[in-house]
Amino acid sequence: MGKRAAIIGTGQTNHCSTREDVNEMELVYEAATAALKDAEMTIKDIDAVVLANMELFEGRALHDMWCGEGAGALLKHSFKISTGGTSGTSGAISGYYHVASGLFDRVMVVGFEKHSDGNTSAGMALTDPFWDRHIAAAAIGNFALSVSEYMADRGVTEEQSAKVAVKARRNACNNPHAHLQMPDLTVEEVLESPILAYPVRRLEMCPQSDGACAIIFASEEIAKKSCARPAWVRAAVTRHDHIYLGEVKNRLTTMRSLREAAKVAYEIVGIREPLKEFDVAEIYDPLTYAEIAWYEALGFCKDGEGGKLIDNGVTHMDGELPVNPSGGVISTNPVGASGTIRVAEGALQIHGMGGKRQIPDVNLALVTGYGVYCWSDVLVLSSKPG
Amino acid sequence: MNDHVERMVLQGKVDLPFTYSAGKTASRFFVELRDHQRIMGKRCPRCQRVIVPAQLFCKECFVETDEWVEVGPEGTLVTFTIVYRKENHHPKEAPFAYGIIKLDGADTSMVHFLGETDVTKLEHGMKVRAFFSEERKGHILDIECFRPIS
Ligand SMILES: [Zn+2]
Repeated sequence: MGKRAAIIGTGQTNHCSTREDVNEMELVYEAATAALKDAEMTIKDIDAVVLANMELFEGRALHDMWCGEGAGALLKHSFKISTGGTSGTSGAISGYYHVASGLFDRVMVVGFEKHSDGNTSAGMALTDPFWDRHIAAAAIGNFALSVSEYMADRGVTEEQSAKVAVKARRNACNNPHAHLQMPDLTVEEVLESPILAYPVRRLEMCPQSDGACAIIFASEEIAKKSCARPAWVRAAVTRHDHIYLGEVKNRLTTMRSLREAAKVAYEIVGIREPLKEFDVAEIYDPLTYAEIAWYEALGFCKDGEGGKLIDNGVTHMDGELPVNPSGGVISTNPVGASGTIRVAEGALQIHGMGGKRQIPDVNLALVTGYGVYCWSDVLVLSSKPG
Repeated sequence: MNDHVERMVLQGKVDLPFTYSAGKTASRFFVELRDHQRIMGKRCPRCQRVIVPAQLFCKECFVETDEWVEVGPEGTLVTFTIVYRKENHHPKEAPFAYGIIKLDGADTSMVHFLGETDVTKLEHGMKVRAFFSEERKGHILDIECFRPIS
């Protein structure tokens, strides 16, 4: 068991489709300085820096060279995490490990992506060259394969999917950083949006955003001294699964990497009834159907009952367990930052600094990360050090 | 058992398009270069260094730079090399020379081509001057090269 560690500051850029006013290092700098301000620190106080990014999506490799100085990594202990969609949560978990190891007292994690600089299809075209690359249609096509199977298997309806899109884009209106804010979006509009790959529609998918998010982790002594309400990391679990699409049956239905990570995290914290015990969840929802499937994988309901949760408003802002008050990944998606944003939003809820998206009295928050079915991360944050 | 089979090797190329935003600070640097043949730096309000090419923030102090400062076009050649080996991904066909140049008025140096590939005519610490391209596009190669001042 590692030493106690907590999140004491967070910072985000505003997220949108194109930030031409900054280059990528400057985007990183913007999030890093916002987090330092939130934690009332200067860069001198930071012992170590972790960068998180999805390689090649903006036509770059070696992001530590391009962007490390933007995160204040100059002459500091620093390295980069790159695990697809989970980069941002895995980066945060790495930041936590740094402090939990007892070797570092104050660690900054910055997740970032400047989608407008590149082409995600080009990045995805550099996946396995022997089998998938010549057949599969990048992220949307691969989602569509699993969604198609999930709908057939669990009877999830298009209307239930559309309700998730409406919830997400309406919640996003309470989040000044969110990319897609659509206060008047209706289920009908979602269902009328064009099909990108059967059965997935445009308004059911996440966007591509430019954005960055920074988090500051601190040791117990520093957290108690410098933060009124630290967000303690009570569990941080990551699980990797097969890469090849043919190798796991019913990926979305079973999502065993997420199921397994959640099971272990719940055991560590002693959570038996997640729907009742968590006050808020910020989960990595790359598209609407995945959010419903994650309800099941995360044990919010029995298998096959995910659709009912959205039908009954259980995961709405005023429901029993609000899911993604920030608007989630469906509303904002700078991939390398998307996981970091989940962690920051979970921490923000515990800090009580969520503004219009604040859920009252948050003591226990669930955070997840997702990367192309290969990777899942689960973190549990708490107002109590445990 | 004979396991000899023909060894298959996959070859190909990946198209990797990009549209990098320079950001407002580098954009102004490029516009000054294109429209006025001026090389611009920015001063850090804390350490007072004039950073060239101009940067949004000082990486030493982690604060935003504020004052724009014109530097050069003359400067000092800090170091240089002449590349003889030809490679596909080189920016120019060898032989070509490039160096690190500290422009007059600047506290940091910039990397650029040298318009001289005769090693006997290059010297550490010698004075050099920027030569601008006739057709400028708002790009680092709007400076064609630096040449020794004799
Ligand atoms: Zn400075």
